[in-house]
Amino acid sequence: MAELHEVLLAGADERDLTQLAEYRAIGGYSGVEKARAMTSDALIAELEKAVLRGRGGAGFPMGRKASLIDRKSPKPKYLVVNADESEPGAFKDREVMARVPHRLIEGCLIAAHAIESTDVFVYIRGEYLAEYEILAAAVEEARAAGIFGDVRITVHRGAGAYICGEETALLESLEGKRGQPRPRPPFPPIQGLYAAPTQINNVCTIATVPAIVEMGAEEFAKTGVPSSPGTTIFSVSGNVARPGNYELDLGTPMRELIYEHAGGIAGGRELKAVVPGGSSVPALSPDQIDVPLDYDSLGAIGTFFGAASLIVVDDRCCMVQLALRSTKFYMHESCGKCTPCRVGTRWMVQILESIENGTASHADLELLDSVGDDILGKVLCALGEFAVYPVASYLHKWRDEFVAHVEQGGCPFGGSSSLQGILAPSDMHAHSPAGQEALV
Amino acid sequence: MSKLYDEIQQVRARYPEGSRSAVLPALRLAQERDGWLSRETLEEVADALEVTPAFCYSIATFYDMLHLEPVGRHTIDVCTNLPCALCGAQEVLEAFESELGIRAGETTPQGEITLRAVECLGGCGYATVVAVNDRYRQHVRPETVPEILGGLGG
Repeated sequence: MAELHEVLLAGADERDLTQLAEYRAIGGYSGVEKARAMTSDALIAELEKAVLRGRGGAGFPMGRKASLIDRKSPKPKYLVVNADESEPGAFKDREVMARVPHRLIEGCLIAAHAIESTDVFVYIRGEYLAEYEILAAAVEEARAAGIFGDVRITVHRGAGAYICGEETALLESLEGKRGQPRPRPPFPPIQGLYAAPTQINNVCTIATVPAIVEMGAEEFAKTGVPSSPGTTIFSVSGNVARPGNYELDLGTPMRELIYEHAGGIAGGRELKAVVPGGSSVPALSPDQIDVPLDYDSLGAIGTFFGAASLIVVDDRCCMVQLALRSTKFYMHESCGKCTPCRVGTRWMVQILESIENGTASHADLELLDSVGDDILGKVLCALGEFAVYPVASYLHKWRDEFVAHVEQGGCPFGGSSSLQGILAPSDMHAHSPAGQEALV
Repeated sequence: MSKLYDEIQQVRARYPEGSRSAVLPALRLAQERDGWLSRETLEEVADALEVTPAFCYSIATFYDMLHLEPVGRHTIDVCTNLPCALCGAQEVLEAFESELGIRAGETTPQGEITLRAVECLGGCGYATVVAVNDRYRQHVRPETVPEILGGLGG
């Protein structure tokens, strides 16, 4: 087992780091003092040297993003923390906010100093009530202790919309509008919140910043792998013996995470699929899990690092049902702005329902592919693509199972799939005993 | 002016002047008072924010946590997204349906409890996750359902 370097959650097992005094007792907020003694230019150079890749999913280097901010702009500069964690399978940001809120706050203060900002917004998903309370209390405690200087940190709650995790939709929502993505360019560093230069990063990205300042970028870059230094928190869910969050170096082999840390497949069953970055990415088959968990290695085998969230699926699961439940989610969460996504996700659900019900033909499998192709690259944000990527991978890697549905006129699992009968919110509108039978 | 009006003004002060950023917190405050957002409530929020009721309505229709119809005194939201679904969320949902005698999406006849299937709550490693009056219960199994309902105090 690789050596485990804890950065994000360091100290949280031993102490109650939600308390300011406890966080300070392990050296907390010394990073911000060190950072404030540096010029913004020097701090940004240090962050760039650390190659801290965005932990929200896109993997764009945080320091590079900071370097794009026009600090000479007469407008205010904003730092926005994306805490709208909503990707199915992801629950890492929640743990950071609940257990090490001061590390996130310290990261905010350092990043704000780098981009010469005095206004920080943390956009936290509305459902995270307990985490909001902990974070808001920590913000208040740190503010009262005089740590903020002239910086203001506002914790802003969302109200239930997956799309608001998309950075431009988040900015729209924060401005009080419907959370619908903006066309890019302009990108947020040029024109973001209130049309001002804006740095926007995920919780885990910002909460890693204090460690970079404390240990120095050079040391930080020695952890993880050269193309993706550092650690992250991997969320493991689904059919494993020990689901949960595991903070590990980037580059840890997927097999080690699943079989050693997470205890392997629950109940001694067989692994069937891993959806490695949250439900929106192409799935991997069991022969692909020796891949190192970093951005480039996962990209090289046709999937994404995403939100470092592995959904592990055992052999009881019907892949058509998996595709159907996944697509119902993206249909429900499509903001409706771009027609290919709004209409295409609904169409995909209809095709998948007909496959599962046994009324589809071989041509419908081609149609499913073609609807997907008509979404990819034709929408403003990644949500539409997130609906297509996993389904396309299920259809191609487990094609026999899709074909069997068509040829047998129904689900080959005969009612024994682990997802049998699962209900989605979008089903509730026509929820009746008769309607339920017509579902998967 | 009403207490809600005053609270909304306090929230507005946190955001840049002229922005509409206070709309979500304002709608949340109104919903905390009334349980849901009626047409009259939306008008009251609109007045306090100096925007049109139609604008407030357009926002309220976008976000899942804002209710445009009355909900029960208690809400039970069962996550049925993939990670919970793979670990038995449907059995948990059915246990609630059978204990309450209603289907997901419905409210008990006396208006006590609204039961819903919801999308991912971000507790995937602790399936099945159920939000009871917005507070998470984790590792919920069908056997846990009577205890959860008993804890609501009728």
